[in-house]
Amino acid sequence: MLRLEKRPAPSQAWGIGAPILAVVLTMIAGGLMFAILSLPDAGLAAAREAGEIGFGEYVFGHIPVMIARGAEAIRTIFWDPLFHERFGPFLRGQLLVKAGPLILIAIGLSLGFRAGIWNIGAEGQYIIGAICGAGFGLAFYPSESILIFPGMIVAGAIGGWLWSMIPAILKIGFRTNEILVSLLLVYVAESILALAATGFLKNPEGRGFPGSRNLARHPGTDNPELIAGTGIHMGVVAALIAVIAAYVVLNRHMFGYQVKLTGQAPRAARFHGVDPNKLVIACMGISGALAGLAGLFEVSGPAGQISIDFNVGYGFTAIIVAFLGRLHPVGILLAGLLMALTYVGGELAQTRMSLPASAIQAFQGMLLFFLLALDLFTNYRIRGRRREVAA
Amino acid sequence: MKKLTTLLAAGLIAAGAAAQAQDDPFTVGFIYVGPIGDLGWSYEHDQGRLAVEEAYGDQVRTIYQENVPEGADAERAITNMILDGADMVFTTSFGYMEATNAVAAQFPDVLFEHATGYLRETPNVSTYSARFYEGRAVIGHIAGHMTESNIVGYIGSYPIPEVIRGINSAFIHARQVNPDVEFRVVWAYTWFDPAAEADAARALIAEGADVIMQHTDSTAPQTAAQEAGIISFGQASDMIQFAPTPRVASIVDNWAPYYVRRVGEAMEGTWESTDTWEGIGPGMVEIGEMTDAIPEEVRASATELMESIASGEYHPFTGPLNRQDGSAWLAEGEVADDGTLAGMDFYVEGLTGDIPN
Repeated sequence: MLRLEKRPAPSQAWGIGAPILAVVLTMIAGGLMFAILSLPDAGLAAAREAGEIGFGEYVFGHIPVMIARGAEAIRTIFWDPLFHERFGPFLRGQLLVKAGPLILIAIGLSLGFRAGIWNIGAEGQYIIGAICGAGFGLAFYPSESILIFPGMIVAGAIGGWLWSMIPAILKIGFRTNEILVSLLLVYVAESILALAATGFLKNPEGRGFPGSRNLARHPGTDNPELIAGTGIHMGVVAALIAVIAAYVVLNRHMFGYQVKLTGQAPRAARFHGVDPNKLVIACMGISGALAGLAGLFEVSGPAGQISIDFNVGYGFTAIIVAFLGRLHPVGILLAGLLMALTYVGGELAQTRMSLPASAIQAFQGMLLFFLLALDLFTNYRIRGRRREVAA
Repeated sequence: MKKLTTLLAAGLIAAGAAAQAQDDPFTVGFIYVGPIGDLGWSYEHDQGRLAVEEAYGDQVRTIYQENVPEGADAERAITNMILDGADMVFTTSFGYMEATNAVAAQFPDVLFEHATGYLRETPNVSTYSARFYEGRAVIGHIAGHMTESNIVGYIGSYPIPEVIRGINSAFIHARQVNPDVEFRVVWAYTWFDPAAEADAARALIAEGADVIMQHTDSTAPQTAAQEAGIISFGQASDMIQFAPTPRVASIVDNWAPYYVRRVGEAMEGTWESTDTWEGIGPGMVEIGEMTDAIPEEVRASATELMESIASGEYHPFTGPLNRQDGSAWLAEGEVADDGTLAGMDFYVEGLTGDIPN
């Protein structure tokens, strides 16, 4: 018999090993899923039909086919976006474009998560940040002043910050649950986004179609690639700065100490003079502002405009990234890149291998599943149950 | 990260790389906004892709990607296809307009076909759409006859010209045969969300609607109509599995002839940048089988209406027509011009409620 035994202290080896093992297990299980999806093999079926091979050969002939197919899918997802001779140069840059907002948002969320403050509504703060930033830029249209973009950055951060202050203030003042409030505000933000795209930010020259003017193709409001072909734009730079800043704050700064202490021992933190209300305001505010920034950089860069479907779930995926990265800045950096890789590689696998989109989503789900399952071993270990000695 | 992935990937190099014959057949890529199993919008575009394969066999290779978000991700999806050897790409939703034109500027040798948009910034971009409002006229006519509560429920996706045009067209032709009919419009703010569409349908049914029309892509409203024992119309795709009721007829988008024609022109080298807007006549819009649930004389009059639209004898937007606020729009016998229709942002007289903006 096996039983779980709580470890006296969390295992460091498992803390680092679990994510890596989760990726390996995802590759194996995912490869198997992709292999099964290719059944039955058309070539073998035709050979069987023609009577060239017997039933046994038909069945066992599938084994090498499945292995090749599964391996090809895994190679397409994890290897080709980085090193394929044709796709690599383009997709390496796209990896950063995709990872940038994930990392930026996840860094903000991780501070709150460490202190037990659960901002689940980063998606909404991302949307409002984009609307505020884009609104600021469009208010001065068609000016091409170099002062506009800095203003947009500030407006974007303030927009995200304000949206996160709603759950923060409600939590402090009325003890509402910030998980529910911040999550539900995502849907409010999505409605405001639809209104913006079809109403107050609609392109006056857009022939009645929804969507704002294109910010990315107008000098002054654009967030262009800083080095052509690399995908690096201001948002990617901001994400890297956020990683470094979070690392310094967590390790060298009083605020970081308070965050960590509150997460580990809330009562002790209070005795140390940590004001829980101030901490809620700070953590929600930082995560909101960073999500707003991510939205602004996206709307003025890769997305280019406010449209009805502007948000694609970065705010939610960032929650996964934060945990995948163990709430550690460097871990989040790696997790963001890995997540981006599964997206970019997953798309490639879709077109190159005609895999259904849902299979790719299931694959990403597996990654989270294995990670959470293996997480258990950080705090617990498996012991064989000893026989009770008969008295 | 690079190190990590190198490590991870190193174990996998053993994978047998299938040698692919590149750039030999003419490669056509398709970008879909929904899943091809939506049985609506994306499903019909995929039927068009299959028709291209059928028509040209080994001469073409088609590739596609489903569920492509409208925005930054679309640019990557399109570029991936081109790097994969695509000579021509169909982007099948309005939201791909900016992405299509941005990529087209980078790849002047690749041909682009963008559905339901208007932007053609470079000579390698064409736009195409269907005159769905012609089909709406026919089902509006049927709805006007069929409703007993005189309330028709209409599930709109987004308040954009295409949808507003459809509401107006359906309403005008329902009123023509039933002066007491009223339309209730619910905006779902989605193209494909079965749960939201079902909620919208139930809300409309609760308000007394006994006919449901939808401008969203899932079959959820059909199910809701079935539960309530009322009638509905298939949208984008035939949705024949809900016949004979609730689905009594449908508007089918038939992209296949256009796709086959354009791919053929591209292969021959006669392709040119155009803006195509076709309706029932050329077969881009079809009315799915009208079931026995519709009385025979209504089927006959609907068929007559359909034929007069197809022949060009009748235009669904023919005056006298006023705007919702009572101001004159089209004089007696005057026909709406395409420019006004393309940017339509107002209701016609008789419709209640406001267009949100």
